[in-house]
Amino acid sequence: MARYTPPEQSKAGQVFDIAVVVVAIFVALWLPLKLGLAGAAKSIDALDAKTWEALGQNPTMASIWEKLGYTPETAHDIIQNRFHYIIDWPTLIIMAAVLIGYFIFLFRASDREYRDVIDEKFGDK
Amino acid sequence: MTITAEPAVQVQGDRVSLLRVLGPAHVWALGVGIVLVGEFTGWNFAADKGGALAALIVCWIVGLLYTSVAMIDSEVTSTVAAAGGQYAQAKHIVGPLMAFNVALFLVFAYTMLEVSDAILLGDTIVAKAGVEGINHNSFIAATIVVLAWLNYRGVLMTLNVNFVITAIAYVSIVILFFSVSPWTQGAVLKLNELVTPGNALPYGWIGVIAAFQFGIWYYLGIEGTTQAAEEVRSPARSLPYGTMAGMITLLIAAAMTWYVCASLMPWEYLGITYYPLWDAGKLTGSALLENLLFIATLLAALASANGCINDAARAWFSLGRDRYLPTWFSAVHPKYRTPYRSILFLLPIALAFAFIADLNQAITFSILSGVLQYTFMSINIIMFRKKWPLGSIRRGYTHPFHPLPAIVLFCLCVVTFFAIFLGFGSQLIAMVAFYFLISLWFHFYRYKFVRRGAQFTMPWPKPQGY
Repeated sequence: MARYTPPEQSKAGQVFDIAVVVVAIFVALWLPLKLGLAGAAKSIDALDAKTWEALGQNPTMASIWEKLGYTPETAHDIIQNRFHYIIDWPTLIIMAAVLIGYFIFLFRASDREYRDVIDEKFGDK
Repeated sequence: MTITAEPAVQVQGDRVSLLRVLGPAHVWALGVGIVLVGEFTGWNFAADKGGALAALIVCWIVGLLYTSVAMIDSEVTSTVAAAGGQYAQAKHIVGPLMAFNVALFLVFAYTMLEVSDAILLGDTIVAKAGVEGINHNSFIAATIVVLAWLNYRGVLMTLNVNFVITAIAYVSIVILFFSVSPWTQGAVLKLNELVTPGNALPYGWIGVIAAFQFGIWYYLGIEGTTQAAEEVRSPARSLPYGTMAGMITLLIAAAMTWYVCASLMPWEYLGITYYPLWDAGKLTGSALLENLLFIATLLAALASANGCINDAARAWFSLGRDRYLPTWFSAVHPKYRTPYRSILFLLPIALAFAFIADLNQAITFSILSGVLQYTFMSINIIMFRKKWPLGSIRRGYTHPFHPLPAIVLFCLCVVTFFAIFLGFGSQLIAMVAFYFLISLWFHFYRYKFVRRGAQFTMPWPKPQGY
């Protein structure tokens, strides 16, 4: 296989590529935060009676909460802030499809590039 | 373990290379130093997702995942000893696009872990000060900038510092464990009253699966030992030894941490606190233990951030050296022999996210990139053994029971993806979409600047099947 000679990249081109990567990193990490997509899907199951018993805390637990500086009122939002594990099948299927599609693309495109690498490195050896 | 410096000077022609000055102790310090902070914060969010017992179950099952990671990684890295670790593995075994992605997984995982460490350190100091009006931002900025400077000045000094502070942080967990009479229940520890049949698994078994997400945090980063491959004097010996010793160290620390913390605080509090071990120190009623665990929390965060800067910079440096990114990043400092431009480039990115993300968001970003990387590793080892069967090339270490560790690793990664979906699904989809788009950019545009055959630098025969 003929040896591939890559084009030399200009300084401006290098700066542009660095900018593209930086923007991509910030969009990927910052956008979910900005759109509120990041973070746990939790909600508070509010109780009317804010007592240690109502909050499901035995005397040992209650004494530790108090040692940590909490009252039943201030601990309520911590104790009652719960995950609600409901499997949203359409989202799960989308997630699985995105992940599988991503890995298939990665391995197939990598293999095409890898064959060129091996051809140039080893030739017909 | 002794740490000695070799006055190594490695200048090949005009090309300045990284120095081979590290031994097994540094490899241990790099791996455990990055990870140990996970005992001081992060693992406990597993209790939030599934209860205290779920946090213990995932501690052991995820320990199995990481044992597989360590076994697989030791074999491949002791054979592909190059800076960039898993990046160099992917480049030689799977292909350039995969290597590009793996390097990004590494950079994101370590940079976000560094961000988490800095936030933890800032929040811990603010909480200790207990004064209104103190903001954590100045502590975060100082941490990231000072550690970047340390990394800029040289890898040996960086990892010597890591060895010392990691050892102190680890010893503090051991001291806490033995100070609370772990063989006796009722005096200090009250596990039976805090983890009851009614609250052990508040969400049932779905909560155990969900807890896998933060169970990863017990050990995330141990694979970072491979980043030092090009700076280790004897990679074939030091990398497997340092990584396996690190994994054993962490399994012991994780078990002790869970036992003490679950026996001292209700699971609802354990699941949301940023400082489980420091809180455990407070709850013992001993001012000495409280202060020791406060200092240890800071040291663990420092050691982790320090190692993360080291690893992220080397992955980024490797991308520049192979022209996957502009070659400007591939410069090695003429005096300190460090990838200084990569260190400096990643500095503002870490600072920016330390200011805009909160702790569990930064941790989730890091975990997501880590799990994508482990998925790659499970497939990578199968391809490695297929392309170069045993006996065809010299391996520094050969892991046993192949392909069982790879299968276990892959299955546990699938479970962890599902766990992330349970609560953080949108974040997962957003990040994978990013990796997909940046992969298109690389494959259809950036790759034209990359030399083909020159990427393959190992003295191996042609892979089977090509």
